[in-house]
Amino acid sequence: MGRARTIARRTFLIGSAAVAGGVVFGYWRYKTDYPNPLLDSLKPGEAALTPYVRIDQQGITVITPRAEMGQGVHTTLAAMVAEELDVELDAINVEHGPASKAYFNGVLLEEGIPFASIDYSQTAERVRAFTHFPAKLLALQMTGGSTSTPDGFVKMRKAGAAAREVLIEAAAKQLGANRNTLKTRSGYVESEDGRSVAYTELATLAADIEPPSDPELRPRSKWRLLGKSQPRVDVPAKSTGTATYSIDVRLPDMLFATIKMNPVLGAGMNAYDPSDAENMPGVRKIVPLEGGVAVVATNTWYAVRAANAIRFDWDSGTYPATTEGHFDVVKRAFADKPDSKFRDDGDVDEALIESVEVDGEYKVPYLAHATMEPVNAVAYLRDGKLDIWAGNQAPIQAAKDGAKIAGVDQDDVTVHTTYMGGAFGRRAEMDFIKSAVHVATAMEGTPVLTTWTREEDTTHDNYRPLAIARFRANVSQTPTLDLQVSAPSVAESQFGRLGMPVAGPDITIAQAAWDQPYAIPNYRVRSYRAPVMLPVSSWRAVGASQNGFFHESAIDEMAYAADKDPLEYRLALLKDNVSRGVLEKVAELSNWGGELPDGHARGVAFVMSFGVPVAEVIEVQKTGSGIRLVSAYAAVDVGVALDPRNIEGQVESGIIYGLTAAMQNEITVRDGRIEQQNFNRYDSLRIASAPDIAVAVLENGPKIRGIGEPGLPPAAPALANAVFAATGQRIRELPLNKHIRFV
Amino acid sequence: MAFRLTINGTVHELDVADDMPLLWVLRDELGITGPKYGCGIASCGACTVLVDGAPIRSCVFPASRITGEITTIEGLGTPEDPHPAQAAWIAEQVAQCGYCQSGQIMSAVALLDGNPDPSDDEIDQAMNGNLCRCGTYPRIRAAIKAAATTEQQDG
Repeated sequence: MGRARTIARRTFLIGSAAVAGGVVFGYWRYKTDYPNPLLDSLKPGEAALTPYVRIDQQGITVITPRAEMGQGVHTTLAAMVAEELDVELDAINVEHGPASKAYFNGVLLEEGIPFASIDYSQTAERVRAFTHFPAKLLALQMTGGSTSTPDGFVKMRKAGAAAREVLIEAAAKQLGANRNTLKTRSGYVESEDGRSVAYTELATLAADIEPPSDPELRPRSKWRLLGKSQPRVDVPAKSTGTATYSIDVRLPDMLFATIKMNPVLGAGMNAYDPSDAENMPGVRKIVPLEGGVAVVATNTWYAVRAANAIRFDWDSGTYPATTEGHFDVVKRAFADKPDSKFRDDGDVDEALIESVEVDGEYKVPYLAHATMEPVNAVAYLRDGKLDIWAGNQAPIQAAKDGAKIAGVDQDDVTVHTTYMGGAFGRRAEMDFIKSAVHVATAMEGTPVLTTWTREEDTTHDNYRPLAIARFRANVSQTPTLDLQVSAPSVAESQFGRLGMPVAGPDITIAQAAWDQPYAIPNYRVRSYRAPVMLPVSSWRAVGASQNGFFHESAIDEMAYAADKDPLEYRLALLKDNVSRGVLEKVAELSNWGGELPDGHARGVAFVMSFGVPVAEVIEVQKTGSGIRLVSAYAAVDVGVALDPRNIEGQVESGIIYGLTAAMQNEITVRDGRIEQQNFNRYDSLRIASAPDIAVAVLENGPKIRGIGEPGLPPAAPALANAVFAATGQRIRELPLNKHIRFV
Repeated sequence: MAFRLTINGTVHELDVADDMPLLWVLRDELGITGPKYGCGIASCGACTVLVDGAPIRSCVFPASRITGEITTIEGLGTPEDPHPAQAAWIAEQVAQCGYCQSGQIMSAVALLDGNPDPSDDEIDQAMNGNLCRCGTYPRIRAAIKAAATTEQQDG
């Protein structure tokens, strides 16, 4: 992991050195009821006051509570600490923390309450604050929901500030100086008379000093690192093949496994015949699992080859056998009572009695996450202890599930969270970790890397749900929009797998549909919960991934029906100034309304998700052989932009991920099986078709926000709206390539 | 069957199935994990390595049939002493999840070795077999152009 060494390695180094001593700092006062997990791994003579900063003779280490999935958060979280601690970013190590309740994600549940993110009323803020308690009680150590930056913004800076205060105190003792005369700079405490002492030399003294409970934070005007683009701490390793993903973990005497599961998801295995497979070269063991088998071999390729030689008698499934059957179920749910009606302004029914000027039905398919690194994990069970190496978004859950399968105490499970070759929500699921622990349990005493093939990964994902939306609208002086969305519930499916019931409506079905900051006089959004069929899950931007398309296509249809410029039409309906700001910015950035070359056309979309208003313009060219993507423009408002270049990268990434799905991706079902197995039928946008992208990052919003997801939702509608502008064809179904050709 | 491979200048003796693809020899037999498994069907390019300077998809190429010198990402440079292409990748801050970047960089090195000043179309053509789910394509283009400029200045 580049400069980030493991805790075990560090402990060994310190233990073997003549001088022992270390200290761990953090913002701990009001969280003292969760034990500091770093205490367990320190030797006598070292101290651990808090979970985020460790200083010892070897150097300074920032322990991040969130995982690096590619979003750059290790760098941003480390920069928060470094800013207050007065150290340089390249002078510190960054490590992912262990599975521990202390690292709960306080703001994770904020998005799950029925208050729009621009609602800053006292009630909304009170309820939002209240969600921090269950987040803490459930010990949700979860990376996702674009929450890592807002969750860490105060915690991590306070940890750095508290550590700095303690180091000054320690230096005052060591130098015999008045602490008020001491200054800190670049990892040193300096006295007025020119003496200086390195932080690393103060660790032992500092260990006995109580950190301040509420240290003062520096104003933005004093920031050296935050607010400026920083070189990412993970980039050198990732550019030299030296970053360790879980698929790269190698241990002595390790074996390699793969799995083969019933192609009908969730269905069982009646029988299997391993006779051809078990004598194949390299095969060590065939392990029956619930609904399939794992093959353990000396090489992943031997395991895969043997798995393909096993004959299976699969049980049949319970969900509809075809994609059409799945859509029928979703459609039927419109006849049920709404799951939610979070927006109901004016009198929509009354307004639509007179006339409906524009209406339509939209639909989107199931989608796979298709992370570049197929899901995999290493597990090693021996002497009643279980170690798991996995790129994962929820290490406490991994420990819990691992303990249950291996029959060990949860305290005897160590989760090593590695870099992830993409996650996008996939690695918040535990299925691939569980299969690895099943294998390790059958292979007790031997570490095993269990890799799902790309085919298993694509056909056994927990998918972005399919969904259908219906809208009716009037575009008179007092516009009316009535939007209904039906989809299987992500929350029900996800929490069901965790053995937890879902109380109340699933807000993700209506996410980024009900809470948009448009001031439409008659405005109603209702969601309908269809039964869960294929397992469904969080997929980058979750409900906003489909609802952005539904809502912004409907708004675009209204604009054209009203014979208005689609960007001006949106501006006229948006009353929130921060939201207006991103639309105005994207208009400026793209020179909206300017002359375009022949055959070129543009579409615009605005979606607020995860509290971030995002406006995107996409330009296409109509060629003789199809539609070509030309360029994309985006303006986002994150309130406080801690690392502008990384934010731009996340927006570019969201746009390409969103365009890929909008143009060409669908997961379909036939005979109960997933039809797409590999990238040849579930491809991604390639470099030759990727548009040029320009991103503007604004800071007018009142709160700091995360940006891993919000760039995605406007991409699909901006493209579909551009296709309409270019061709006059209003495509109401994704992927768009079912109706037009892209070149 | 037993055979030899020269990888990053080192000769390795192997005894594996003669149809085992190079990728699995590298990763699971030799612990050379820079080349990545992404698809197994030569569709994503994450496994790209060079044989005598030419890029191949190691996930489908039987190791026993390779007679040329193999270069993996590990043979290019290190974080302390990166190859010019790697240095450009770092300067442009290309990587996000980073999983595809070993393959991207190997394809770029092969391109730049044969064509020190590639056009946009040539970049697209050479790099189209390398998939990136994080969508780092704009920065990949920028890094290739930056590396081309550096190499021309140095050359």
